[in-house]
Amino acid sequence: MFDVTIIGCGVIGASVAYSLSKYDLKVLVLERENDVAMGTTKANSAIVHAGYDPEPGTLMAKLNVRGSEMMEDLCKELSVKYNRIGSFVLAFDEENLAHLQKLYNNGVENGVPGMKMLSAEEVHTMEPNLADNVCGALYAPSAAVIDPWGLCIAEAEVAVRNGVELKLNSAVTGMEDKGDHVLLHTASGDYETRYIINCAGGWAHEMSAMVGAQEWEAFPSRGEYYLLDKSSGDIVNHVIFQCPSAVGKGVLVAPTVHGNLIVGPNAQNVATPGDKATSLAGLDEVALVSRKSVPGVDLRQSIRNFAGVRANTSEADFIIRPSANCARMLHVAGIKSPGLSAAPAIGEYAVEKLVEMGVELTAREGWDGKREQIRFKELSIEEKAAMIAKDPRYGRVICRCETITEGEIVAAIHSPITPCSVDAIKRRAGAGMGRCQGGFCGPRVLDILSRELGCDPMQIPQDGAGTELLTGVTKGGNKA
Amino acid sequence: MKYDLVIIGGGPAGLSAANAAWEDGCRSICIVERDRELGGILNQCIHNGFGLHFFKEELTGPEYAGRFVEMLKNTGVDVRLDAMVLDVTPEKEVHIVSSASGYEVLEAKAVVLAMGCRERTRGAIAIPGTRPAGVFTAGTAQRYLNIEGYMVGKRVVILGSGDIGLIMARRMTLEGAKVLACVEVMPYSGGLTRNIVQCLNDFDIPLYLSHTITDIQGNERVERVVVSEVGPDRRPIPGTEMVFDCDTVLLSVGLIPENELSRAAGIEMDARTNGPVVFENMETSIPGVFACGNVLHVHDLVDFVTAESARAGKAAAAYCAGVSLKNENVLDIKNGNLVGYTVPQHIHMDAEFKAVDVFFRVRAICHQSKIVVKDENGTQIAAFSREHLAPGEMENIKLPRVLLDKAVGSITVSIEEEK
Repeated sequence: MFDVTIIGCGVIGASVAYSLSKYDLKVLVLERENDVAMGTTKANSAIVHAGYDPEPGTLMAKLNVRGSEMMEDLCKELSVKYNRIGSFVLAFDEENLAHLQKLYNNGVENGVPGMKMLSAEEVHTMEPNLADNVCGALYAPSAAVIDPWGLCIAEAEVAVRNGVELKLNSAVTGMEDKGDHVLLHTASGDYETRYIINCAGGWAHEMSAMVGAQEWEAFPSRGEYYLLDKSSGDIVNHVIFQCPSAVGKGVLVAPTVHGNLIVGPNAQNVATPGDKATSLAGLDEVALVSRKSVPGVDLRQSIRNFAGVRANTSEADFIIRPSANCARMLHVAGIKSPGLSAAPAIGEYAVEKLVEMGVELTAREGWDGKREQIRFKELSIEEKAAMIAKDPRYGRVICRCETITEGEIVAAIHSPITPCSVDAIKRRAGAGMGRCQGGFCGPRVLDILSRELGCDPMQIPQDGAGTELLTGVTKGGNKA
Repeated sequence: MKYDLVIIGGGPAGLSAANAAWEDGCRSICIVERDRELGGILNQCIHNGFGLHFFKEELTGPEYAGRFVEMLKNTGVDVRLDAMVLDVTPEKEVHIVSSASGYEVLEAKAVVLAMGCRERTRGAIAIPGTRPAGVFTAGTAQRYLNIEGYMVGKRVVILGSGDIGLIMARRMTLEGAKVLACVEVMPYSGGLTRNIVQCLNDFDIPLYLSHTITDIQGNERVERVVVSEVGPDRRPIPGTEMVFDCDTVLLSVGLIPENELSRAAGIEMDARTNGPVVFENMETSIPGVFACGNVLHVHDLVDFVTAESARAGKAAAAYCAGVSLKNENVLDIKNGNLVGYTVPQHIHMDAEFKAVDVFFRVRAICHQSKIVVKDENGTQIAAFSREHLAPGEMENIKLPRVLLDKAVGSITVSIEEEK
């Protein structure tokens, strides 16, 4: 019997697991995919918003600002890449300027620190590559860029190291409310639990419907992106938003923590949260709208396109409350933007809610929240030399675009949540994230994975279950 | 550690440069190669057709590389295998890491850049659709088949008609896969004619010119692709969609010289070649740093890489011996009508040479044409007749010193089609 079971291990499930791992509870995390961070967590703008967007008084407003406050120290503690570069919201006309003033006022009310309205001249001095017709901007210095899947993986790893159980490949297929506990049916077997926290992202409404009527409607909304080569990474120095309109928040242009440039997203309603395809029309739209802010964006420098799906619902705010269907289920649902920004605060808040629902907490003895990750390319020459002397595998560069060594890849494979796919290595060590997109290192990573995990290369997937790369052996080829 | 010459990359370019430099008397040379053996990409090119120009016989890729590795054995050239160059400074310090020797700084008098190129990816051309397994660059697929011994698919559509894609169409077919089509966005093939004939036509694989993949479908593995015809603007034409049920897409959509080290060193680059700007002796904007092979511009035939790299090796040896050319009396080569780029871009007129080989690509298919070289006054200094010119086939012309001496100002290479 588990005390608490978290359904879903995106950045929200991981944040909740991380917060709960501080207490002496038997906690289970169920994830339907073969790794954590497999949904919207790996496909979003990777921004920690300052917190001027949400309506004052909403959960979104409170948790966004609190999350933004917590994020820098948390990322330091967890070795997650984070860079507080600040954000601009651009105005192109008087009407926009008036709207920025409203955002500014929201921000003040929400407690966003350090905001400033900038004149056209100030904007162009700070960001010379913006369009000439930008006539002002709202500057929020507390906004940041982050590695979102890195945060999720790090929090999940700390949770697991501190006693939380994680079951991958465990889609929940049914639930039975037994009064004093709930019986969960999953792809990896049945589990009994006293409480459930529903962090199932775009599928959260289905979890709620397993124990009664649907509590809200899901309106998944897809956003498409371009990721550009590092040669474009310094065309802007801040996160560049456009003044939101009736259509949406517009397309952002921002440097990423990895030194690339991210451009997107658009907003397209889709039938299911699983619809992550990109489209010609969508990518064209992103290209067109981004040039309104930064005319010199060179999309020929694109190295990757992707799409993520927002967990929009019939409710405007985050849905963080006990289920009306089942007193033992806490919903942490409808976590769309600024969900990533709010994630650490959502973790804390979910624990508070759980206490209200009757869970008693005592601190876990010996809880250790520190997580370290060696990134070879960020070391000094002396540190690099010392690292190779200690472990020669750090002298073998496997991913040439990102300078990722065999030592880092092996360390990732033997981390608390064993990665089984080539992309799982990409998310942890960074191999394959560069301009050749794994063309060079892919076969080498596959080889190392198969060696370290002791499995047949034919079984190794690119990413999720069923995405095996190899289909057979060549004539007279590998007999192994 | 000090060397006269450090060569970055032990593929065909680096090997040829090393042999040529040794032949010209340079006795302190080190090749730094990131793989566990020399030969570069040739090692996975197990088909034949290499060496027709240089050795006057047909060799496979590994055989061609093997010839140069053998030659190297008779020299005292040092080779660092399994070693990655992290940085080249303008002062010609080469920073490398390896498991065997840790972090080292090699101090060189001269450096030859021979890092080769990489393949353009799905992301570079923004093919819409889902992101399932089964989309490979042709070279990566070639590595899986020819080096690792694994197949990567059963029903294949190839996007792009570059040479590696064509070679892989045949290779996959011979391994029992069904190659359904080769799709090329341009109205002409990007590969060599002999590869179109031997790799597509001989196996009844259709080539769709002026077509592209407009959608990739399937969640876990590729299930099908949509192919559309494109207009002159290379945008898809609605209503022309064809669907191919396949599990694999191979991309052969261009190569990009791998110049991250060159850029970081501050070497002047040519946006047309994506490689360094060089003089007739393959010297870059940093004196004593030379570039050759696919890092300089993408070649079709390794034989030309060998010849070009030998020039770089000789020039590097001369530089180490104290011959340094001043960049004062320089003749610039400009691109005229239908000429996409030239290599070299500049000529040291103070240097001693009998003629300069100028390499270039045209921007469109040209039938009976003249390659015309004129100076700034419009005076024609040379002209060469060609029956056929194509972007997929690199051209070269030889400009004798006596003609170059007559040129006023810069010279321009252009194509004049004869009707």
